[in-house]
Amino acid sequence: MNMIVCCKQVLDPEAPPASFKIDPASNTVLQPPGVPPVVSPFDEQAVEAALRIKDSQGGKITVLTLGNNLLRDVVKKPLSMGADELVLLEDEVFEGGDSWSTAYALAMAIKKIGEFDLIFCGRQAADWDAGQVGSGIAEILGIPSITVAKKVEAIDGKVRVERVIADGYQVVEVTLPALITVTNELGEARYATLKGIMAAAKKQPTIWKPVDIGVEPSQIGAAGRRSKLLKLFQPVREGKCEIIEADTPAEAGANLAVKLRDAKLI
Amino acid sequence: MAEFKGVMVYGETTEGKLTALTTELLGCGRRLADELKEDLLCILVGEQLGEAPQSAIVYGADKVYTVEDPLLKEYQTDSYVTVMEKAIKDISPQILLLGQTAIGRDLAPRLAFRLGVSPSMDCLELNIDPDTKLLQGTRPVYGGNARAIFVSESLPQMATVRQKAMSPLEPDESRKGEIAPIKVELDPAKIKTKVIETVKEEVEGIKLEDAEAVVAGGRGIGGPEGFKELEELAKILKGAVGASRPPCDNSWVPDTLQIGLTGKIVTPELYIAVAISGSSQHLSGCSGSKNIIAINKDAEANIFKEARFGVVGDWKQALPAFTAKVKELLAG
Ligand SMILES: Cc1cc2nc3c(=O)[nH]c(=O)nc-3n(C[C@H](O)[C@H](O)[C@H](O)COP(=O)(O)OP(=O)(O)OC[C@H]3O[C@@H](n4cnc5c(N)ncnc54)[C@H](O)[C@@H]3O)c2cc1C
Repeated sequence: MNMIVCCKQVLDPEAPPASFKIDPASNTVLQPPGVPPVVSPFDEQAVEAALRIKDSQGGKITVLTLGNNLLRDVVKKPLSMGADELVLLEDEVFEGGDSWSTAYALAMAIKKIGEFDLIFCGRQAADWDAGQVGSGIAEILGIPSITVAKKVEAIDGKVRVERVIADGYQVVEVTLPALITVTNELGEARYATLKGIMAAAKKQPTIWKPVDIGVEPSQIGAAGRRSKLLKLFQPVREGKCEIIEADTPAEAGANLAVKLRDAKLI
Repeated sequence: MAEFKGVMVYGETTEGKLTALTTELLGCGRRLADELKEDLLCILVGEQLGEAPQSAIVYGADKVYTVEDPLLKEYQTDSYVTVMEKAIKDISPQILLLGQTAIGRDLAPRLAFRLGVSPSMDCLELNIDPDTKLLQGTRPVYGGNARAIFVSESLPQMATVRQKAMSPLEPDESRKGEIAPIKVELDPAKIKTKVIETVKEEVEGIKLEDAEAVVAGGRGIGGPEGFKELEELAKILKGAVGASRPPCDNSWVPDTLQIGLTGKIVTPELYIAVAISGSSQHLSGCSGSKNIIAINKDAEANIFKEARFGVVGDWKQALPAFTAKVKELLAG
């Protein structure tokens, strides 16, 4: 089974909310000091989904990451988890894209990789949270897509997927090749092993520029956008919390009930 | 060049009824259509639509397109995108709104890429720019830490809308509108997916999304036993139990209880967050609550920034006393 997993390097989404700052003038997010970027968590789980298939029936996993000035320690993490190869689409013209330009570049890179049965993406990147790139790649490649999967099994040349819906899940079968996007209900991604980290350190990523995947600079990055960001801002929270004072937490708990009663909330 | 006209809502139904979110979309769509002085269109797709088309008129639509076919019994990307591609090309609305649901978040991007347009996903606000007349969508980004306003010039302009972000109109039975069935030829051979079964994991009692009181537990609850205490409180308040993501990831509670960016959106009168730190992703699902109450041992926890009342302390001590007192007050 030939598998490709698309992984994005993002600002750590679990960084303390207070550390989150934007630059309103340029409509960009400032990298919080001391908090290194990470592989978007859903993408890590997409790697995990591919590794589970590799564990059960073998296969090859190629990881594809798009960006510029990518941190090797970050983007190599999937290799240290057990993925086989890493391809970086790395160039300044890939920067500033939207779902369109990103999906287009990734799809063209996947065409260049050529052989694939399954493509995995995270359900949404932890920065822009749009959740469009997976479906976009599938549409450009003309293959079926199943989104928000919590379980993926390969059976008899097909893939059986549990797709999360509001009050449960749907079991869906799809022919190959196909694209699957993965959600956290899949379960935690495995840790990198020491052996994996050593192996990853030795592996050199393949780096592709726009010409290598046959795309024009006008189709990718900021130039290839079909949506325009007018404004980025932080919502103001003017909440004032009244802390219930008491000698013990138990007393505070009881006082809280009285407070809620007085405020007619219960 | 086709002329793009009208605001269209992609509606969803369950058991022949419009979903609540669909009525919210119609409410929002009506406002946008009025601003643009255009019609509000609705499209409903399924095996059998029952009374839903008429209901869409009652909730504000001028014209309702229906597509009924046994092959559309269940949502499948291939069949629904085919139907919508055809409908959009024939009707060519200027704006297409969908709900940010299991269907909308799958259908919107795939359809958009087929049509060559760019949707704004999960919008909280939609407005028409008075000068350009273009749709501006405001959506949460970076896990809810920031908001972004997007615009796209490619037509139709598409957006998905978050639950409970918009208000429905008062239903008006006297409203007049047109229902127009459309036929789309579907080739079963082109549907590459097959739904084997649909598994419902609904919990008993009041639905989390509908509850007026939600008692939510976080990682600090420590295990499934602790959630029994939350259930007791929820019962007394005639509410429902929810959770942040870690209790779901750890299987202390079913995944369907997750509240947040990638879970349920709740807006109860009372939201009691117990041992939840208040990450932006969690707050995305509960910050619309009227009153947030927090119990957390860490006085610096972010949840206190959103809360109206708070107790700083160990929930294992605070909660039983709180529950007992609530019970006493409600009995008396
Ligand atoms: C892309 C993405 C999407 C996500 N989507 C969601 C989502 O939809 N919903 C969601 O909830 N999360 C989501 N998360 C995860 C989110 O970032 C946080 O990790 C999560 O919300 C933290 O849950 P928590 O507050 O329960 O745990 P923690 O942050 O670990 O907080 C636990 C809290 O419990 C308190 N505590 C511990 N013990 C006690 C005690 N005995 N008494 C009182 N207080 C105690 C601690 O002080 C602490 O504040 C998402 C993350 C990513 C990256």
